[in-house]
Amino acid sequence: MAIVGTSTRRPDYLDKVTGKGAYVGDLEIPGMAHAKVLSSPLPHARILRIDASKARALPGVFGVLTAHELGDMDPYYGSDIKDRPIIAIDKVRYEGEPVAAVAAVDLETAEAALDLIDVEYEELPVIATMNDALTDGAATVHQSNLCHESHYEWGNTEEGFAEADRIFEDTFTFPMVYHYSLEPHTVIARYDELGITVWDSAQHPFLVRNELARLFGLSLNRVQVVVPYVGGGFGSKSYIKIEPLAVALSREAKRPVKLAYSVEQSAKTVRRHAASITLKTGVRNDGSFVARDCQIRLDTGAYADNGNRVTDRCADQVPGPYLWPHLTVTSKGLYTNTGAAGSFRAIGGPQAAWASESQVDMIADALGIDPLELRLKNLGAPGDVIRQGKNPLDADIATGLKEAAKGVGWAGRGAKPVTQEKETKRGIGLACSVLNAGASPTSTALVRLHADGSATAMVSTVEVGQGSKGVMAQIAAEELCIPLEKVGVVASDTAIVPYDRSTGASRSTTLVGLAVQLGAKEIKQQLLDLASKHFEAPEDKLAFADSSVVFGQESITYAQLIRQMFGGPAGELMGRGYVTPQTEGPLKGLPVFWEMAVVGAEVEVNEKTGAIRVLRLVSVSDIGKAINPKQAEGQDEGAAMQGIGHTLFEELIYEDGQLLNPNLVDYRVPSFEEVPDGFETILIENEDGPGPFGAKGIGEGPIAAVAPAIANAVFQATGVRIKELPLTPERVWRALQAGTSGGHKVDALTEG
Amino acid sequence: MSEDHRLQISFVVNGRPVDTEIEPHLLLLDLLRDKLALKGAKRSCDMQVCGACTVLVDGNPVSSCTYLAFEARGTDVTTIEGLADGEKLHPLMEAFIDNAGLQCGFCTPGMILAAKSLLDLNPRPSVEEVKEYMRGNLCRCTGYKKILESIEDAAQRMQG
Repeated sequence: MAIVGTSTRRPDYLDKVTGKGAYVGDLEIPGMAHAKVLSSPLPHARILRIDASKARALPGVFGVLTAHELGDMDPYYGSDIKDRPIIAIDKVRYEGEPVAAVAAVDLETAEAALDLIDVEYEELPVIATMNDALTDGAATVHQSNLCHESHYEWGNTEEGFAEADRIFEDTFTFPMVYHYSLEPHTVIARYDELGITVWDSAQHPFLVRNELARLFGLSLNRVQVVVPYVGGGFGSKSYIKIEPLAVALSREAKRPVKLAYSVEQSAKTVRRHAASITLKTGVRNDGSFVARDCQIRLDTGAYADNGNRVTDRCADQVPGPYLWPHLTVTSKGLYTNTGAAGSFRAIGGPQAAWASESQVDMIADALGIDPLELRLKNLGAPGDVIRQGKNPLDADIATGLKEAAKGVGWAGRGAKPVTQEKETKRGIGLACSVLNAGASPTSTALVRLHADGSATAMVSTVEVGQGSKGVMAQIAAEELCIPLEKVGVVASDTAIVPYDRSTGASRSTTLVGLAVQLGAKEIKQQLLDLASKHFEAPEDKLAFADSSVVFGQESITYAQLIRQMFGGPAGELMGRGYVTPQTEGPLKGLPVFWEMAVVGAEVEVNEKTGAIRVLRLVSVSDIGKAINPKQAEGQDEGAAMQGIGHTLFEELIYEDGQLLNPNLVDYRVPSFEEVPDGFETILIENEDGPGPFGAKGIGEGPIAAVAPAIANAVFQATGVRIKELPLTPERVWRALQAGTSGGHKVDALTEG
Repeated sequence: MSEDHRLQISFVVNGRPVDTEIEPHLLLLDLLRDKLALKGAKRSCDMQVCGACTVLVDGNPVSSCTYLAFEARGTDVTTIEGLADGEKLHPLMEAFIDNAGLQCGFCTPGMILAAKSLLDLNPRPSVEEVKEYMRGNLCRCTGYKKILESIEDAAQRMQG
């Protein structure tokens, strides 16, 4: 393979380094109005009255949208649970919820119009936290405060606990985290008699299309979702967000409308689920895992968004990659009066691994067993069924964990790194988990071989920064045996490219890449048919090389074959790629593949200040085959750095339903200063994935395992165990104080 | 805003003189994006934290989202659109491409311009100096490692 496996130049890079690449906010559509949204100042209130008459009368205002204008439709939407109104109806459920929207000639006029809208509220009791949501007799955000519950079990967990020598019960909490894609949610919507077109910063254009068609009563072909470059997603632009609002406003204003959110509005639109996870784990004295009971609570905020899947996936992931004879898992997604939570890179994974891998380390310490050895003793091996009813494990976690341990300099539980600096201590920590990745195998691609021998691959994967345009071109070029520069990729326009479920869950290279490969193979079959007739030779005597079909010493170019077929310098061949649950190969059952999440971290803790510095961070991913190694590394580096953010300081802080830090000054994300001195990504390539050339997806694993790896390193350094994130200096300092003066400090470790 | 309050400004953008009438509160970012159709500088945090709107004013990086267009009068402004020499990319652009120093690209114009001002001041910065200088430019995709490698590579190319 000459093209696949090479860090080729990505086709989107030239657009992006020169500033020519267009994002939705850069587009101008003729006749376009500019929109502003009036947000609820209250987290939970009944809307008694809205008077927008003065706003409507303001010169330059083209339309004002309130619930009143949606009387002719069912205005509730959502990825599965249709609980979110296009605009607040009768009541508001979070501070920042759109109550009215204005389309005007410019933003200043729209802003001025917002000031003229009069809304009268009656405050309702605020469900600020998950505890509030579960209180008997509490107010309800919807009909109930339970959004979604999932449960599974096998064995008999109570009997398992009876068999165990030791039982550990701990509760871990995980904060609300904001994606902060640099490009906030932005959409241009045009509603007219022909249908709907939206230019959208979205990861799942076909799911946006389907939901808009359903909401506005149109057939699928009359809704077009066009996605140009997307300025970061990380799940924040998955499923459907502000598109229905923009379309409804366009319908009202009778012209295209651009709705560009601020960072504050985006932070309130979607975030990661906060979690509280209680694990009761029974083990034998030799370290064998016997039974585990997992009780998960996730805060999905005011609306479900994708909270049902996050609730399920967190449940799927909380046991870790271990073999449990007895297991019980219950996961509840709860409504509160805060901004909605939905998908965020490795949905449910960081919360699950934070709890599981922290506790595994605690168990190792209590039993006096090396935490690496304890994990290796209990890990599932490839082929093992780690979740009943799901595909067996296809990742070699043990090898990955040993690589991470080696990479980060792990030398055993007693051997902590030494530092010469007086006020600091150093430690190393490890963590491993698995993600059930790939969502579902529902992807298609169309590959076109043109009359000059060049090709176009048409896919719906969104170029969200991950490099899909380059990867799809590499796959098509490799399979078709043509030069990379002869392949173009057209992507993410639902009126042009064929269906794909979504861009997320590490699925695109594996599933859409496979569809591209299948499409290219279908073209090759057509070329064989043509060449077989041309050479009057059987297909099995023919081969492909350098844009040609070869028969012995003779060859004929693809271009010549196409011209022969069409009788002139015209025409093209088309190849279809369908990836479905029936596709031949290993796609039967779920998950599509298990994605390894393995991290080793070395930290330095300043005992005077509580500040943590990550000195070294090593992540390991099983990628099967890296189509473009450098960009694959970049995916994991980005995931690891986001993990460092939620481990050390990222947290959306709500107080009584009011978001206190909705901006980049008060909500800090990692900068250059957080880059560890040693920052390494290891890719395992066994060419054994279900994707093209043995590839499988990566890019989410590290974010799940960073927090427990760092907390475990802090424990080795200081002997203090912290079960809440983020590990801010204040929290660490307080824990150190309590640990040294309160007698809770566990320090069985010796200086190495 | 009445016509009386409009201000006349002249400055140079990417080597070309610009004379225009602006409202006093107009931000440089909006002038560049909306009036001059230079869309490379991006709007993100709106509060001078993220650096996505970075442009160079007389060679110094500024956050154009919080910089009055009026303040740019008489200056020489460089945006990402003015960095390449015709078809020939700036070495920083080449280095970012070759080292995969970007993913979604939204931070990239600001990142490259900030890096240019750094290398103009300090042609061979240490890694620590790069981290210190560049901390006002956020990237949420890359984890920064490959941006650091890109800047180091560009420094070598520019010496070359």
